[in-house]
Amino acid sequence: MPGLEDLYREIILDHYRSPRNRGELPAPPARRVEGYNPLCGDEIVLYVDVDVEGEGEAGEARVADIKIGGQGCSISQSSASMMSAAVKGKTVEEARTLIRAFKAMMSIHEHRLDGEDGDGPDADGGATAPANGAKVPLGDLEALQGVVRFPVRIKCATLSWNTLQQGLDEAAPGS
Amino acid sequence: MAVLDVAVVKKDFPILDQQVHGRRLVFLDSAASAQKPQVVLDAMRHYYETTHANVHRGVYGLAEEATALYEGAREKVGRFIGARSSREVLFSKNATESINLVAHAWGRANLRAGDAVLLSEIEHHANLVPWLILKDALGLELRYLPLGDDGQLDLTHLDELLAGVKLVGVTALSNVLGTIPPVRRIADAAHAAGAVVVVDGSQYVPHVATDVEALGADFLAFTGHKMVGPTGIGVLWGREELLDAMPPFLGGGDMIRDVRLDGFVVNDLPWKFEAGTPPIAEAVGLGAAVDYLEGLGLEAVREHEIALTGYALRTLDARLGDDITIYGPSDPASRGGVLSFSYKDIHPHDISQVLDSQGVCVRAGHHCAKPLMRRLGVGATARASFYLYNDETDVDALADALSAASDLFG
Repeated sequence: MPGLEDLYREIILDHYRSPRNRGELPAPPARRVEGYNPLCGDEIVLYVDVDVEGEGEAGEARVADIKIGGQGCSISQSSASMMSAAVKGKTVEEARTLIRAFKAMMSIHEHRLDGEDGDGPDADGGATAPANGAKVPLGDLEALQGVVRFPVRIKCATLSWNTLQQGLDEAAPGS
Repeated sequence: MAVLDVAVVKKDFPILDQQVHGRRLVFLDSAASAQKPQVVLDAMRHYYETTHANVHRGVYGLAEEATALYEGAREKVGRFIGARSSREVLFSKNATESINLVAHAWGRANLRAGDAVLLSEIEHHANLVPWLILKDALGLELRYLPLGDDGQLDLTHLDELLAGVKLVGVTALSNVLGTIPPVRRIADAAHAAGAVVVVDGSQYVPHVATDVEALGADFLAFTGHKMVGPTGIGVLWGREELLDAMPPFLGGGDMIRDVRLDGFVVNDLPWKFEAGTPPIAEAVGLGAAVDYLEGLGLEAVREHEIALTGYALRTLDARLGDDITIYGPSDPASRGGVLSFSYKDIHPHDISQVLDSQGVCVRAGHHCAKPLMRRLGVGATARASFYLYNDETDVDALADALSAASDLFG
């Protein structure tokens, strides 16, 4: 049975106690998106400012700024904080890749029916394989890997990521 | 009056004799669902092993025995709540279905656009959403008895709120605050205003000796699994004259006397409201649960819970002081054994997670009472709830585990 130390890693508690990018952005121009976890009452208000550099099809959409509001448990809050730090300044495409990689990390054990209790998908060096097979470094986010051993908490960890996905869909459709 | 011997009671519940994460299981979530004594498990198993057949149909011996057990359980439940007749005792799936039955059958037959329904701010979603559905369908006006700062319903404006009201729905014991509203007083005022009264007894009937006549309600909904019975069976008690006048709820077998291709005639009470094969084994289990509770005595159960709640309030205050906020009335005698609390700034999810690692099971969340959470100004709370198998060592384990949560997050 997994212990609490698998869940509450020090870096998670650090982001929980000192959340990064906390606050609001003027919307518009930023997108304001609300995410909700109806089971536990956690809510997140995400502001994402997407800038497009360049013209036409060569234009590149970028997450110029991101702010997080709302309230929730240590897992949802730290995940949101780490996410904001990870995607700020990234292109929208890079952010989407990160979202896919994070979700893959969150659900990978759900699909393991062989009973094997491995150490996670990154035993070979701290990267997670998204659908296209490329390695995406998750950095600090790897600390959230222990959440998959506590299935009821997965939705806490993914709340902000689902909300960001919705925000990007609205701010940069088709990108 | 008999005194509850909790050490003996604990031994009746096989699930409690186990370790979780290497520690004794401390179950403090009976407000969500209570554990089951061996006698209930045995009764259901014995029924399936020796007596099972469908009820109200076969003329063979087994079917007659199954019918007798099913109807016998109804009579036990009826006596348990002081019903005048077992015709007033309907079996449903749970308390939620019982309230939906009232909303659908009584509500749609008796309520019209513009009619008012009076509920309270502390209701469980089960006594809110059925009426919100009717509000949208019929155009009702919903009003709410407010929660006072003392954790009791504020009845200052009861008579004004009742003007024009056709139905009042109120809980007999809040699943969040432990509040025990004065149902009799509310019911008397409601009746004087010409309204029908639906009481959600889910948290009350398992813990407090219940007499429907003394309560003054017209309908009382409760559920088996919170009163040491099985899941899958609930009860609706209703006044016979009201049930008689109501159209049926679900249609199908057993609830009819005759069916033609162009119509049907409903069955007598209570079967008129029991379409399809009912939860027979669950009724047998519920009957055994009633026997078990009556054997201990509900007065003794209530006295035990008042004493334990008092101990919990004193212990948590002494050990955690201002770090813990316990919602609801402060006097143990005027509340149930349901303690919702906030502790430091630690999110209820994290509290519950750390407590689980110490073997302590508490609920974390909005407890199906989101309007009440908004009223309290919190997104969620942690909740410890007591029943007849809990004792002071369980409260001590809760306090110890909260200290552990403080060490991690404080």
